[in-house]
Amino acid sequence: MRYSGFRVIAEALTGHKGWKPVWRDPAPKAEYDYIIVGGGGHGLATAYYLAKEFRQARIAVLEKGYLGGGNVGRNTTIIRSNYLLDGNEPFYEFSLKLWEGLEQDFNYNAMVSQRGIINLIHTDAQRDAFTRRGNGMILNGADAELLSRDQVRSMYPWLNFDNARFPIKGALMQRRGGTVRHDAVAWGYARGADLRGVDLIQNCEVTGMRIEGGRIKGVETTRGFIGAKKVGVAVAGSSSKVMAHAGMRLPIESHVLQAFVSEGLKPLIDGVMTFGAGHFYVSQSDKGGLVFGGDIDGYNSYAQRGNLPVIEDVAEGGMALMPAIGRARLLRTWGGIMDMSMDGSPIIDKTHVEGLYFNGGWCYGGFKATPASGWCFAHLLAKDEPHKTATAYRFDRFLKGLMIDEKGQGAQPNLH
Amino acid sequence: MIINHPILGPRDAQEFVYLGDANLINRPDGMSAGIEAFHDYLYNRDNPAGEHRELWYHEQGDRSWLVVTRNTVTHEITKVELARDVARAGGRSK
Repeated sequence: MRYSGFRVIAEALTGHKGWKPVWRDPAPKAEYDYIIVGGGGHGLATAYYLAKEFRQARIAVLEKGYLGGGNVGRNTTIIRSNYLLDGNEPFYEFSLKLWEGLEQDFNYNAMVSQRGIINLIHTDAQRDAFTRRGNGMILNGADAELLSRDQVRSMYPWLNFDNARFPIKGALMQRRGGTVRHDAVAWGYARGADLRGVDLIQNCEVTGMRIEGGRIKGVETTRGFIGAKKVGVAVAGSSSKVMAHAGMRLPIESHVLQAFVSEGLKPLIDGVMTFGAGHFYVSQSDKGGLVFGGDIDGYNSYAQRGNLPVIEDVAEGGMALMPAIGRARLLRTWGGIMDMSMDGSPIIDKTHVEGLYFNGGWCYGGFKATPASGWCFAHLLAKDEPHKTATAYRFDRFLKGLMIDEKGQGAQPNLH
Repeated sequence: MIINHPILGPRDAQEFVYLGDANLINRPDGMSAGIEAFHDYLYNRDNPAGEHRELWYHEQGDRSWLVVTRNTVTHEITKVELARDVARAGGRSK
């Protein structure tokens, strides 16, 4: 069923009796050409592009819980392509371009809203660094703009411009950045993949991998063995657990990142704002809640909840930047598990097992990457060679000294 | 989280800095170990869901390094040792 304005009106006039379930609930077949492990944003996008752009068939997505129940349903919904390094920026700009056409492409309302993102500047050195980053973005076809203090003030007059430690001196802005309704991304990709014959198999956890003679033969699951010619793993957060079935140790630690939503407020912030120096970023949802977050908790964790000190730290960052929120009450906090990699950048690569492919290490920036991650992983699965924007996301970059370390922190995952 | 420091007693985890897997104590000899072994030591991790032995540094306390055994699924801490004792038990001289 194709969605359209006409369809909504027709259904409204006939009692909404014509809506059907958005995807099937098939039982697993004995064998597929492609198995994608992980029914989150990246896994579903991979299956969608494999079927649509790369014309492949006999594809299944295996999900241990329900579709979109992991990080794609737990993030703060921001899209942007404001990276500096050559290994990253073309990839994220490719992703942002895919976001711009996504809703028409998969015929689903994902509420892509290019409301603009600003990164606040507090010092001359930071202005130099952001100028350089902005130039890097422009060189890779993205948009970037340096705002003066007065320009920021005209957008957000109620910010604390004269904070003693971090006075606001300007900002780097990307107008094409913004937010997207995160669940709808998973649902749109799931529906698009299902319509093209992909089997979306839920409540099906991978418990082992059958590898013979260095080649993948299929996966053991809670719903029995499923054969496959190629297996792609896209389970960020649980990557180490799943890849251990293939005997791999990854350059990844799992960490918990918390996010927060305030009670609904009148319109206050029409874009996205990051206050990196204060470990705080914020946007406002269409329902009025301030959606914000800060740093990861900083210790290995698989618990989808964090601890109170980080909540206090984030609240302090928020108060330092925008004292007006002092009376707003926090409605919800939650946590998601991040694949924190050793240089803060992701991995989309083959493995030492023939037919086994890996996509992970997204740190806390996986949501914005969803379309390009799916596209590039599908490209790798279908053609056995990396997409041109993802050539740097290799396992062996650590061995060869080709790290993509935006923050320059070294092999210390909790600092990226 | 509360870390039961072997010398100072229960301390808030906020006082500590986290480094990661306690296996980082066992650094291979950079001269004799091959590049692959050093790469494995520096970059690859077991990253288990469950019991995890890890290094915490008491920066805002007595500046001691601790090996904390903590469950990464429940955050429960079951054992705290001085990293020095762990290293010596593993055959290191200091």
